[in-house]
Amino acid sequence: MYVAVKGGERAIENAHAWLAEERRGDTDVAELDIQQIREQLSLAVNRVMAEGSLHDPDLAALAIKQARGDLIEAIFLIRAYRTTLPRFGTTKPVETAEMACDRRISATFKDVPGGQVLGPTFDYTHRLLDFKLAAEGEPVTAEQRDADPAPVPHVTEFLNRESLIEEAPRDDTPPPDLTREPLELPAARALRLQALSRADEGFTLSMAYSTQRGYARNHAFVGELRVGTVPVEMEIPELGFAVEIGEITLTECETVNQFKGSRTEPPQFTRGYGLVFGHSERKAISMALVDRALRWEELGEDNSGAPAQDAEFVLYHADNIQASGFLEHIKLPHYVDFQSELELVRKMRREANAQTREAAE
Amino acid sequence: MSGYNFAYLDEQTKRMIRRAILKALAIPGYQVPFASREMPMPYGWGTGGVQVSAAVLTPEDRFKVIDQGADDTTNAVSIRRFFERTAGIATTTATRDATVIQTRHRIPEEPLREGQILVYQVPIPEPLRFLEPRESETRKMHSLAEYGLMHVKLYEDISRHGHIATTYAYPVKVEERYVMDPSPIPKFDNPKLSDCAAIQLFGAGREQRIYALPPYTTVASLDFDDHPFDPSRADHPCGLCGSVETYLDEVIMDDAGGRMFVCSDTDHCETRQNAGYRGKDAG
Repeated sequence: MYVAVKGGERAIENAHAWLAEERRGDTDVAELDIQQIREQLSLAVNRVMAEGSLHDPDLAALAIKQARGDLIEAIFLIRAYRTTLPRFGTTKPVETAEMACDRRISATFKDVPGGQVLGPTFDYTHRLLDFKLAAEGEPVTAEQRDADPAPVPHVTEFLNRESLIEEAPRDDTPPPDLTREPLELPAARALRLQALSRADEGFTLSMAYSTQRGYARNHAFVGELRVGTVPVEMEIPELGFAVEIGEITLTECETVNQFKGSRTEPPQFTRGYGLVFGHSERKAISMALVDRALRWEELGEDNSGAPAQDAEFVLYHADNIQASGFLEHIKLPHYVDFQSELELVRKMRREANAQTREAAE
Repeated sequence: MSGYNFAYLDEQTKRMIRRAILKALAIPGYQVPFASREMPMPYGWGTGGVQVSAAVLTPEDRFKVIDQGADDTTNAVSIRRFFERTAGIATTTATRDATVIQTRHRIPEEPLREGQILVYQVPIPEPLRFLEPRESETRKMHSLAEYGLMHVKLYEDISRHGHIATTYAYPVKVEERYVMDPSPIPKFDNPKLSDCAAIQLFGAGREQRIYALPPYTTVASLDFDDHPFDPSRADHPCGLCGSVETYLDEVIMDDAGGRMFVCSDTDHCETRQNAGYRGKDAG
């Protein structure tokens, strides 16, 4: 006899307990602590902060631990927590030109004021597994020297001075808040950049890559890529002036793209822009390329029908929390819908069979 | 649960959602954009419905959650527990005792009454989405009431299959104006949408849309004069309560083709069994 399936509640509780046990793994192995994740898996922490839209390395590390290293799950934990936080106000725009750079490179000039600073990069490592790391490695100390106090101006500014690149005039309009207003199209560049900054790294990478391979090719030079810290300042109404409330690490990429000219304007280069929390170069460069591709309309370019030019396509599919939620929801029960399809297919088959029989008679 | 506001969402967010609900009730069938929040359950698990429920629940409410018609499906259990923990409200499985019912994929068999609110979880609120993927286009089509494309699709179904091939999320027209997606309920449930005494609210979290049917709204399933709408069901009585009027689940019993049909609405089925109705498979 059929008994209606009961006990969903107990099944859920048991599943959660099992999950917690699996998360911990073999208890003979020391447990990871949050500091270890924050310090030794810092690029994972950076990605969770960037796509979670919350700059808090400790919380990101906790989320990674809780998510068993599943970064999209960790991003989800951070997003869900972030929504519940009260908004105290808005900080002043950060001045990335005054960034204390750990890394700063330009692909367009051999040397630039402020210099080329490689910083902590994988770029020229040979990807050979370092088996010494599997044993307990001695801590490595890199050579140090005092920071150069000279300013590190933006490379694109040099081009701008000669009007060789399009102007990026200062715009003090408060940007829209993607997390507080529904996304509506057409989306202004500020909103597009906001969406791209928290977009899935893999999606952004593939979109950017597609432009390089010819789907809305806009040939990007990395005018500059910089990674470093900037102070965050907030205007305190009671005080009447801005105070520094902390420091965050950012990765900024400015691309110099193919030029355009018109009857009124002589040819000049155009810009793509990427800015991401933490040290996330792949994401920042990808973002700059996609930003540039999405600007086809304002730059008077042709729409070649490429996915990366399609703001609606890019913005509606870039968020990994939305995408993974909807994708995975198809594992939830759908038997009511399926039953209705089943009935229709059976009915149509009956009719088709009857017709075949009639024809045979 | 300490540290969170009643029903999880903060009051500002609830106010924003209530505004969207009021607008949706004022323009039945129209999809109102709202600033959907990231909820502590994934998109696709009913975040739209959960936000709408959170915005309408009061401490005096009695809350029921169903998924596929049943109170004990895992996600229904999970959402019910979420509100038990965050709102501390009373819950029930009895349709007639509930003041707010959140549902996925079904409308309860028992007619709803005035004062009740039915909250639907909606995956894709746009009935035209699979005909036109662009939101910018579909919004234009709605504002111009340009629904020819939908009729062409239904007509093509008939010419190809002899039937309209849509069996769930069957499109409806609300008060002869907006074409609306009733969420993926089986078309068997479509007639219950119309002239319903309860308030019907539809929440799509990921797609950031809310729409609504105020009580006693006329809702017509799209059809043709020579192919009238047919709310079909499996042609069997319920194995447990014997009803020949309810929507049925098909359960595979063995690997030799054995199957039984039982009511999808578990509360309705149990109520009938308690009243003495018996199907052929009831013990």
